[in-house]
Amino acid sequence: MPIPAAEPRRVLILFAHPAFGKSRVHRQLVRAVQSLDGVTFHDLYEAYPDYDIDVAQEQALLTAHDVVVLQHPFYWYSVPPLVKQWFDLVLEHGWAYGSTGTALAGKTCQSAITVGGRETGYGPSSFNHYTIPEFLAPVEATARLCRMQWATPFIVAGTHAITPDGIERAAKEYASLIQSYVGGFAIHGAD
Amino acid sequence: MQGFLLSAVVYLAAAVVAVPIAKRVGLGSVLGYLLAGVVIGPSVLGFVGAEGQDVMHAAEFGVVMMLFVIGLELEPALLWRLRGALLGLGGLQVLGTAVALAAIALAVGLDWRAAGAVGLILSMSSTAIVLQTLQEKDLMKSDAGQKSFAVLLFQDLAVIPILAVLPLLAIVSPAALPASAEATHSSGGFVEHLPGWQRTVVTLGAVGLLVGIGRTVVPFVFRIIARARLRETFTAAALLLVIGIAVLMQFVGLSPALGTFLGGVVLATSEYRHELETDIEPFKGLLLGLFFIAVGASIDFPLIGREFGTVMALVAALIGVKFAVLWILGRFAGMRTAQHLLFALALAQGGEFCFVLLSFATQNRVLPESVVGLLVAAVALSMALTPVMLAAWERVIAPRVGTPVAPSRAHDTIDESQNVILVGFGDFGSTVGRYLNANGVETTVLDIDSDLVDALRRLGLRVFYGDASREDLLRSAGAERAALAILCIGDAEANLELAKRIRAHFPKLRILARAAGRRSAYELIEAGVPHVYRESLDSALHLGSEALHLLGHRAHESWRAAQRFRRKDEAYVRSLAEVFRDGTAHVNAAREAIRELEASMRADADGALASDDTAWDAETLREEFGGR
Repeated sequence: MPIPAAEPRRVLILFAHPAFGKSRVHRQLVRAVQSLDGVTFHDLYEAYPDYDIDVAQEQALLTAHDVVVLQHPFYWYSVPPLVKQWFDLVLEHGWAYGSTGTALAGKTCQSAITVGGRETGYGPSSFNHYTIPEFLAPVEATARLCRMQWATPFIVAGTHAITPDGIERAAKEYASLIQSYVGGFAIHGAD
Repeated sequence: MQGFLLSAVVYLAAAVVAVPIAKRVGLGSVLGYLLAGVVIGPSVLGFVGAEGQDVMHAAEFGVVMMLFVIGLELEPALLWRLRGALLGLGGLQVLGTAVALAAIALAVGLDWRAAGAVGLILSMSSTAIVLQTLQEKDLMKSDAGQKSFAVLLFQDLAVIPILAVLPLLAIVSPAALPASAEATHSSGGFVEHLPGWQRTVVTLGAVGLLVGIGRTVVPFVFRIIARARLRETFTAAALLLVIGIAVLMQFVGLSPALGTFLGGVVLATSEYRHELETDIEPFKGLLLGLFFIAVGASIDFPLIGREFGTVMALVAALIGVKFAVLWILGRFAGMRTAQHLLFALALAQGGEFCFVLLSFATQNRVLPESVVGLLVAAVALSMALTPVMLAAWERVIAPRVGTPVAPSRAHDTIDESQNVILVGFGDFGSTVGRYLNANGVETTVLDIDSDLVDALRRLGLRVFYGDASREDLLRSAGAERAALAILCIGDAEANLELAKRIRAHFPKLRILARAAGRRSAYELIEAGVPHVYRESLDSALHLGSEALHLLGHRAHESWRAAQRFRRKDEAYVRSLAEVFRDGTAHVNAAREAIRELEASMRADADGALASDDTAWDAETLREEFGGR
């Protein structure tokens, strides 16, 4: 259900991978979107190896963009620790939420994650009991509390067994998703 | 004396005028020297005449020094890696060229012995011209550069047996052929009077002595001189070493070039390698220049004029045959187009050893003087043509065929290509160095404290003695190729001077510098070094945060407070760097900065540490939602 947007949007990719040097899938995903026009690629572990996040700078970046992509691997059913630290420190009360916190209102939040296990391992009757989007509930709730639109997450599952072809396909899909934001359309849609 | 000074003026002036012009037009310095030689030689201006030959002999010492420097750059491991190319390519080049040229000589009517001598002599190429030109064009590290070097090295080794064989080919010494085999080794020294086995013993002994002294005595002596910090004495000692080796080798009848090369290889792993290279380099350069001028001056244009057709045919045959042999060898060695062509072109000329061997052959009556005259002219012309051909390769062929010169850069890993130059290896620098090495980054470490260098090398670290403030030393430590220069000298003044020097001479090299304190940080920033690390900042804050912890604050909160302090303090240093020269402005700005920083750090009424981490502090949330 593509929703046409009025005009091209500026996309901020917040990328977090504590061991990017060993990554196979994210390497290709990053390569596919890093230098697209209209996209700001921001590598959190590269910017803050000591977790000393520059809150003012992060808030300025958020203000300057319309779509915030959270790209990271899925660790222990959740975000890498620096992303959690980033949520804690950047999304300040009175700025991102609360009665006067409207800085992010109306922006889109797009989760883009890689998951080691196959999609079949997730769901009520499966090994992990919950679906992957259900596990993302805290992130989704964070976005909603900040009055952001929550887009359908982009998930590359089964990365423990993914083939080079599979990686390439995922990278293409990811690039076209990001492209669709920049071009003014979101094929995944928002609800 | 006056005559000597006058010649010096002529030679130096010729070089000073011709070389920059030749380089400007893109012909390279070698051709510049050669042309200068032609101009001051008997054929044009006639400033130098018969003594040109003597000058050439003296200047041949430049070749000896060049081999020493080459040896210094060649660690034994690299030499070992080149062994295939050395024996295979080098051996076959000499053999193939000698046979082909001898066949031609035979065909034009020379006696078989003379023909054999001509073949052997002309199989030599010019180490001086080829290496100098390739180095200047930065092609030594390319595939063709390495293979050319291997072949040249083999030729330099082959000179000795050729000197031994030539007298056997004498036309007019019928009596003494087999019996005189012992006595024919007339290349030098007292050994020629010894029986064969003794000579072998002496030769092996000399080489052993060289290696032994190079490993033990030489580093010891250099350490003493280095400790005295007398630069001229170090230079004198370096020259003494090279000349001493040459004399020793001549004494036992070995080639001085080979001896100094070996000496260089022995010292290639020593801590004085870069310093030695730097000291010998200017002498080598001057003598080689002189040598090239002498070659230019020795070209006998009247002879060439009289025998124009013959000389041209000889030059064509010489270059053609050598090129063909090299081309075939390169093909077997699996070389690729542009590099293949470069290899074949680079070595397709006669060399300085041809002159030596030709005059030796004349003395031993192997060749008639009429033939030798023509050959000398042909060899000199072929040498003069080499830089032209290489320039043509670079301009016309390389861009078209398009094999980039770069790919063979992978070789670098073996010789010198540490990406990081680390200067100053005290507590600070050695910690940086150990950390980098532990993470697989090779560093070239320079330090001026010879005792420290010695101690560190005993621990197996790659540390070199040297005064890094010398631009040429930095160059030989690889400053042109390095990615980073890390300056950790304890003396802030020296560190700053070095940073400025590097900025001036190697603007592309990125600098990371240790700063003693604020003042030194300001000065470095002002000198254009943005990556400045105050040596006590991190440990002081680390200590401070531990102190807060011991005083009862939570470890993480203390640590966050230290991080915050650090961030602000670094920002102040950078902004104060702009005004630190201006007394009052600086004092005011500094006072303001300190006040602001302290105010922002002050603990709140409950005694909790101040913090930017408002999100972890529920105060505003309590205000907004607490009432409901």
